[in-house]
Amino acid sequence: ATALAGAAANRAGPSRAPPAGTRVGQVVLPGDVLLLPSHPEADGERLWLGPGAALPGRLVCGPGLRSCGAGLLVTKCGLLRHRQPGGAGGGSGGAYWVDSQQKRYVPVKGDHVIGIVTLKAGDIFKVDVGGSEQASLSYLAFEGATKRNRPNVQVGDLIYGQFVVANKDMEPEMVCIDSSGRANGMGVIGHEGLLFKVSLGLIRKLLAPNCEIIQELGQLYPFEIVFGMNGRIWVKAKTIQQTLIVANILEACEHMTAEQRTQAFAKLSER
Amino acid sequence: MKETPLSNCERRFLLRAIEERKRLDGRQSYDYRNVRISFGADYGCCIVELGRTRVLGQVSCELVSPKLNRATEGILFFNLELSPMAAPAFEPGRQPELLVKLNRLLERCLRNSKCIDTESLCVVAGVKVWQIRVDLHLLNHDGNIIDAASIAAIVALCHFRRPDVSVQGEEVTLYTPEERDPVPLSIHHMPICVSFAFFQQGTYLLVDPSEREERVMDGLLVIAMNKHREICTIQSSGGIMLLKDQVLRCSKITGVKVAEITELIQKALENDRKVRKEGGKFGFAESIPNQKISAFKMERAPVDTNDVEEQAEEIIMKADPPSDFVAKPILRMPGTAQIGEGLENSWGDFEESEREEEEEGNSDDATTSGGQKMETEEINIVSKTKKDDDTIILSDSEEEEVVILEPEETHKKTRTHTTTKQENSSKKAFNKKRKKKRATH
Repeated sequence: ATALAGAAANRAGPSRAPPAGTRVGQVVLPGDVLLLPSHPEADGERLWLGPGAALPGRLVCGPGLRSCGAGLLVTKCGLLRHRQPGGAGGGSGGAYWVDSQQKRYVPVKGDHVIGIVTLKAGDIFKVDVGGSEQASLSYLAFEGATKRNRPNVQVGDLIYGQFVVANKDMEPEMVCIDSSGRANGMGVIGHEGLLFKVSLGLIRKLLAPNCEIIQELGQLYPFEIVFGMNGRIWVKAKTIQQTLIVANILEACEHMTAEQRTQAFAKLSER
Repeated sequence: MKETPLSNCERRFLLRAIEERKRLDGRQSYDYRNVRISFGADYGCCIVELGRTRVLGQVSCELVSPKLNRATEGILFFNLELSPMAAPAFEPGRQPELLVKLNRLLERCLRNSKCIDTESLCVVAGVKVWQIRVDLHLLNHDGNIIDAASIAAIVALCHFRRPDVSVQGEEVTLYTPEERDPVPLSIHHMPICVSFAFFQQGTYLLVDPSEREERVMDGLLVIAMNKHREICTIQSSGGIMLLKDQVLRCSKITGVKVAEITELIQKALENDRKVRKEGGKFGFAESIPNQKISAFKMERAPVDTNDVEEQAEEIIMKADPPSDFVAKPILRMPGTAQIGEGLENSWGDFEESEREEEEEGNSDDATTSGGQKMETEEINIVSKTKKDDDTIILSDSEEEEVVILEPEETHKKTRTHTTTKQENSSKKAFNKKRKKKRATH
């Protein structure tokens, strides 16, 4: 942190905000301003090249970024990432976000999380999701639940659901059905298995498509796993020993390089 | 913040695992987690890590008047603090029960066992005695606070040195550390607490419970013992009924564990004493390792040095001619020389490291300061940025990030500022080595 502060101070000199395209993949700090090519001051640099792409399309401003007058204002420190949009002619905008590391979860609408039921009050459940407030979950928000047919949820059960309301002004609300009324994997998580906590960055890495860690683990033992975006993971394997091994490997993956991981897996598959 | 509730699923899993004699981190039932002891730069300051539980201990002393009914004895004061840094569930002023319990246990373990000779803390009977104060701060809570706290307290007390005092008749002289070496406290023995967690009405027993295990345990037994197998304190909480042979078994296990831990403490104290005597580096910056998140490792980034020569030439044209400087090296000791004085560092905070850095910067680029010919300066600038190339290809260390940002700076600097090369090089060396040198004072 000290060295980064030093670099920031040095940068405060003649400030000409860099265009966003050149900073992708580099470390950005809170307070940095990134110019967008649509801005008149930018010297003609266009991010989206292609015939008929004179109109910059809708730009998605992801986590860690906020739009301010001149461009994008960085609010978290981390690496700047960019994703080109798929589809017609490359003209309809892209997404920028900051890849940062964090352990404390802040509820975001649409996130799927694992929560622990703490209270049954009338027709709602209070669920702890690791944020500053407990989320509320209505008993009707389960698949096939009616006023007569209440879901079988006890205090202390694990719930996998998604947020429908999550902002800083109100308590978050979650549901266990999707927009068409089907459960889609959400609901009460079974009674066996182990729940443990990791950092948010590791969860995002594990949920990336074709994650090697999960594939390698899958070759070791069969297991069931649920990832919550609030940093919680639930694992269940055939025996307790296997469950513990999977949990320990996932926790250790954060600090291991790829070679160390392959070594660890090799040792385990010998046994 | 409210404590995260324990789900039924976790509780069931933990109890089943314990029945099968399995612990979450793979330990055996009687295994301790790794104990790591590191010392700070001051005497009496230490951090003890028991797995992920960390306790910081600091001892300080003061001359005060003694208690009325104990006129010839010094005063010992113990204080354990649970800050919200340790766990989100600890709020300032909201943990009275646990706090009182831990403080009382520590006091009984250390004060009532008379491990410190309080008579030796007396300076003038009835008038002035030493008050020794031990402050313990819990930095991270991962179970078994009491063991870590007791180890931290006794290690800090053994490490501490109080100022020397001499009494001649009516005159009392207090020597500063510079006049006379500070004196260690007189410690008779080292009591150490060992905790046992009981599950399923006393059927299963675990040593050194972690935070998850503490949440599902039925009862806790704490035995404080020293290496001579004398029990200093014993406390059983949680209301479980223990059998006589269970308690005896626990005390035998305690004897073994305390012997191991005492040996570890002696070794750590010995190492620290040796390092201080030989003048090596000591303090937290040396002993606590850096932990890195490998997920966000930066890849090597090539540095564009294409038009460095042109830019450098530009700067050199615009710059003022160098002052007539006679390079006269000052030989400090065999192997270390200094040329020139170096500039005032604009950071301002780090005076000592500043001086060291400038010396290094000067001896590194001895030819750039006081360089007379334009060509040699050019070549030196190119070689400096080439050095950036070399230094970037370091294996993963935090300094990588530092270096990658700098080529931009130096580029910007050569383009817009006309500072001398000396300042650049000293700043660069300063940035790279700042972390290491930072905590040696």
